[in-house]
Amino acid sequence: MPEIALTTWQILLLKVAVILVVVPMGALVGGYAEHKVMAHLQHRLGPMYPGGFHGWATTLADGIKFLFKEDIIPAAADRKVFSLAPAAIMVPIIMVYLVIPMDRTLVVEDLDVGIFYLLAISSLSTIGILMAGWSSANKYALIGALRSAAQLIAYELPIVLSAAAVAMLAGTLSLNGIVEAQNFPFILWPPGIGLALFLVFVTGAVAEMTRVPFDMPVAESEIITGPFTEYTGMRYIFSHMFAEMGHMVAFGGIATTLFLGGYRPIIPWEPLELIPGVVWFAAKTMMMIFLFLWIRPTFPRVREDQLQKFAWKFLIPVSLALILFTGAWVLYV
Amino acid sequence: MSAETWQQVVFWIFALLITGAGVLVVTTRNVIHAALWLVGALMGAAAMYVLLFAEFVAWVQVLVYVGAIVVLMLFGLMLTRAPIGSAEFDNNQRPLAALCAAAVFVVTSVILIGAFEGQEINFARTAGTSTESIGTAIFSSYVWPFEVVSILLLAALVGAVVIARRD
Repeated sequence: MPEIALTTWQILLLKVAVILVVVPMGALVGGYAEHKVMAHLQHRLGPMYPGGFHGWATTLADGIKFLFKEDIIPAAADRKVFSLAPAAIMVPIIMVYLVIPMDRTLVVEDLDVGIFYLLAISSLSTIGILMAGWSSANKYALIGALRSAAQLIAYELPIVLSAAAVAMLAGTLSLNGIVEAQNFPFILWPPGIGLALFLVFVTGAVAEMTRVPFDMPVAESEIITGPFTEYTGMRYIFSHMFAEMGHMVAFGGIATTLFLGGYRPIIPWEPLELIPGVVWFAAKTMMMIFLFLWIRPTFPRVREDQLQKFAWKFLIPVSLALILFTGAWVLYV
Repeated sequence: MSAETWQQVVFWIFALLITGAGVLVVTTRNVIHAALWLVGALMGAAAMYVLLFAEFVAWVQVLVYVGAIVVLMLFGLMLTRAPIGSAEFDNNQRPLAALCAAAVFVVTSVILIGAFEGQEINFARTAGTSTESIGTAIFSSYVWPFEVVSILLLAALVGAVVIARRD
C-alpha cells in the first residue's frame, strides 16, 4: 500500500468532513430508531412500508418531503433573526462532535480543556432557541422559547456539576484523558457515587434535549411546537428535528465518554481489548440512545413549576453533595 | 507566511469583527438585536483568548458571558417588555450613554497602558497547557480573593432571593 502523506491542514479538513457526514447520518438513524423503538415499546409496529424492509427509508422520505415544502416567513417576523436562528441552534450542536473521542486517535481535536469546551458550546444553542421564539412574533413561540431558556439554565447546572465531578475523578479536563483514566467505567467505580453522577447527568441531558418528560418548551397540546411553531420545511427540520436528534446522539457520545469508559472495553480483560475501540464507542453510544428513547414513552410530561422545582430543589443539591462525596473519595480512597 | 503573520491576520479579522459588533450593539434601535450583536462581540473576544493560547479563559468567556449572561439578558428582555417581532424599542438617553462609555474607555485605557506599556507577549512561551497553572494559582496564591468573591456572590444570591420573594 502506498504511503499517503497528509499535512496537518489536510487531516483537519478530512476530519471536519467526516463530522459533517456523521452528524446528519446519526440524526437520520436516530430518527428512524425513535419511530421503531417507541412503536415496539408501545406494542405497535411503527413504519413498515417505505424502503421495503421494516420501513428503513421512513426518515429519508420524511427529509425529502420537508425539502420540498415552502419556506414561509411570517409577515410580522423579524426576518433576519428568524432566518438565522436555525443556524444558531445547529452550529453549536455540530461543534460538540469535534472533541468526542471515538477511538484513541479518532477525534478531531483532543483539546486540553475538552470537557469544559463541551459544556460551553452546548450552552450556546439556547441563544438560537430564544432567537427563534422571539423573532416569530407568535405568543406560543415566545412562551416556548422562554420555557426552553429557563429549563436549559436550570438543567445545565446539574450537568456541569456532574461533569466537574468526573473531571475530579479523572484528574484531567481532556476527554481522551478521562477515557484513559477509566480502567473500570466511572458508572461502576467508585461504587454508588459513579452511578448517582450518571443518573444526574442523564436527567440533565434529557432536559437539555427538551424531550419527554421535560418537553414543556415544545408541549404540542398547549403551545404547538413552542419556538418552532412558525417554522416550515428545511428550517423546521434543522431547528427542531435535526437539533433534537443531533443533541441526542451527542449526549449519547458524551455520556459514553464520561461514564461508560468511551472507546475502552467495559472491564479491563485482555480478550475484550481485541475489539476495536470505535466498536466499543458505537455500541455504548447506541445503548445510551436506546435509553433516551426508552425514557420518552415511559414517563408523563411534568408541569412547568414541577420541572423547575425538581432542578433547583432536588437535582442541584444532590449534585453538590455528590461533588463532596467525590472529593472525599479522591482524597481518601 | 509564517505562523506569526497568520496570527496577525487572524487578530485583525477578529479585531474588526469585535469592533463592528460592538458599534452595532450601541447603535441598533432594537434592544434584542443589541443583545444578539453583543454575542458576536463576546465570541470575538473568546477567539482572541484562543489566539493568546488562553483556551481555558476563552471557554469560560463563552460559558459565562454568552451561555449565561446574554441568555439571562435576552430572557429578561423577552419576559418583560421587548415587543414581539421587528418593532423598534429604544430611549433617548444616547448622549448620556456616550459620555459614560467615553469615560469608561479613557479610564480603562489609562490603567491598561500604565500597567502594560512596552511589554510584548511572547507567543512561544505561552504555548502548551495553562489550565493547570490557572487552577494552581487560584487555589494557592489567590485562594483568599477567590473565597471572598465566593462569599460576595453568595450574599448577592441570597439578597436577590430575599428581594424577589413576595411573602
